Amino acid sequence: MTPELTKRPRLAPGCRLNEKSQPSRVLLMPERALRLNGPSLEIVERCDGSHTIQQIVADLQKLYSKAEPQKVQQDILGYLERLQEQRALDFE
Amino acid sequence: MHAPISNPLALVAELTHRCPLHCVYCSNPLELTARSRELSTASWARVLREAAELGVLQADFTGGEPLARPDLTEIIRAARAAGLYASMITSGLPLDEKRLDELVAAGLDHFQLSFQGAEEEAAREFSGTRTHAQKLRVAEWVKRHRIALTLNFVIHRQNLHQLEDMIALTEKIGPGRVEFAHVQYYGWAFANRERLLPTREQLDRSLEILKKAEERLRGRIKVEYVVPDYYAKYPKPCMGGWGRKVILVKPDGDVLPCHAANVLPGMTFENVEKRSLKQIWEESDAFQKFRGVDWMPDLCRTCDRRDQDFGGCRCQAFLLTQDAAATDPVCSLSAQRGVVDAILRDVNRSNAAAPEAAAPEPEWLYRPNPA
Ligand code: SF4
Ligand code: SF4
Repeated sequence: MTPELTKRPRLAPGCRLNEKSQPSRVLLMPERALRLNGPSLEIVERCDGSHTIQQIVADLQKLYSKAEPQKVQQDILGYLERLQEQRALDFE
Repeated sequence: MHAPISNPLALVAELTHRCPLHCVYCSNPLELTARSRELSTASWARVLREAAELGVLQADFTGGEPLARPDLTEIIRAARAAGLYASMITSGLPLDEKRLDELVAAGLDHFQLSFQGAEEEAAREFSGTRTHAQKLRVAEWVKRHRIALTLNFVIHRQNLHQLEDMIALTEKIGPGRVEFAHVQYYGWAFANRERLLPTREQLDRSLEILKKAEERLRGRIKVEYVVPDYYAKYPKPCMGGWGRKVILVKPDGDVLPCHAANVLPGMTFENVEKRSLKQIWEESDAFQKFRGVDWMPDLCRTCDRRDQDFGGCRCQAFLLTQDAAATDPVCSLSAQRGVVDAILRDVNRSNAAAPEAAAPEPEWLYRPNPA
C-alpha cells in the first residue's frame, strides 16, 4: 500500500545505519544489510520519525533538481513501501 | 587460480555448546566442545574487532544457549564497540528481565527467540507448558525495548500439524519478523531424519498455510520460511557460498566456513588463538578448499546456476554420497539425485514433481542460512 504523504517514516526497532566513519554506509537490520548510496542514503537518513514523507520528497527534489519531480516522488514512495514491507520502517 | 576473495559480512559466534535443551535436530556437531575449552571474554572481544576490520557487519551470537555464558553482556558490548550489529538467538529459558535490560543496555540490536528448543513435552502439546509461558514473558519484556524481535520456529514432521497454532501465537506476540525453518539435515538431524522429514503432502500444505500468512501479515510481520531442500529441484546456496559471506567461530576458537564443516573428512581448521581472522579467512585450507568454481565437478562448473547455488552444500554432498566435492545430490541434474529420491520414497511412497526452492532477493547483501 502506498503510504500517505503526511506520515513520518521511522526506522523500525533493531534497524539502524552503521557508523558514519565506516567506508560504506549500510542499513543494518535482522539478518540483512542493505547498501545505501546517493538518494537511498538521503532518504534513509531522514527516516527519523520527525520528517514527513512530504518533506523528504521536497528535500530530495531539491537535491536532485535535474530529475523529473514527479518521478522523484514516485521513486521515494516505492522505496519507502518496500522498506516497510521488509519491516525496516514504521510509518508514524 | 582462485577467484578474488570477498570479505565476510556475517560472523556466526558459537559462544558455547552448553544448552539446557536436547533437541533431536540440534545443528551442533555430534562432538560437543567442553566448557573448559571455551574462548575467554578477551579473546571474543579481539575476534569481534578482527571481524569488523575484515568487513563483517553483523555478529550473530548463538550456541548452544548463549545465555549460558555469564559474560554475554560484555561480549555484546565488545561487538558494538567494534561497530558490529549484535544479534542473538536464544531459547529464552534462562533469562530474567534484569539480564535482558543489561543485554539491551550493552547494545543488543536483535533478539531471536527460538521455538526450536521445544522439549518433547512442548513439541507434543504446543501451548500450556512452562516453557511456553516463559517464552511469552520473554517476548513481552523484549517488546518494551526498541530492539528487533524475531520468532524462530523450527518445523519438521512431528510438529507441522501445529503450524497454524504457531502462526496464531506469532500474531498474538506481534514480533517484526518470524522465521519458519524446516530442519536441515546435518548433525543430530541427519541421524534423526527419518523421523523429521515431512511427507510431500505435509510440505505442500505447510507452504500453502505459510504463503497465506505471508500475504495476510504483509507490512505488519515479515514472514520468512526455508523449505527442506530434499524436495527442491536445485540445492540451496549453502551459507551464500563457501567462504563468501559467512565466517563461523566455534566455542573453542576454531574457524569454519559452515557449522557442519567438521563432518567433512580431511579438513583441518585453524584457531583464532593462533592466527588472525583475516589470515584464516584468506589463506586457510578449509576456506580455500571449496571457494570459487575450481573445485567443482564439471557438471557444476559448466552450469548456469553455479553462481546462484555454488553447487549446493558440501556437507550434504558428503553425508549422502561420501564425496564432499560432488554436486549436491539434491540437484535434479546430479547423477546421484537417486539417493535423495530413495529417502523421499521411503517417507512418501509416491513421487510427484518437486517445488522449486525460493529464489533469494537480489538487492540484499546477504542472507545467511537461518537455524
Ligand atoms: S538445537 Fe539449539 S536449542 Fe536445541 S539443543 Fe541444540 S543448541 Fe540447544
Ligand atoms: S549442477 Fe551444480 S551448479 Fe548446476 S544447479 Fe546443480 S548443483 Fe547447482
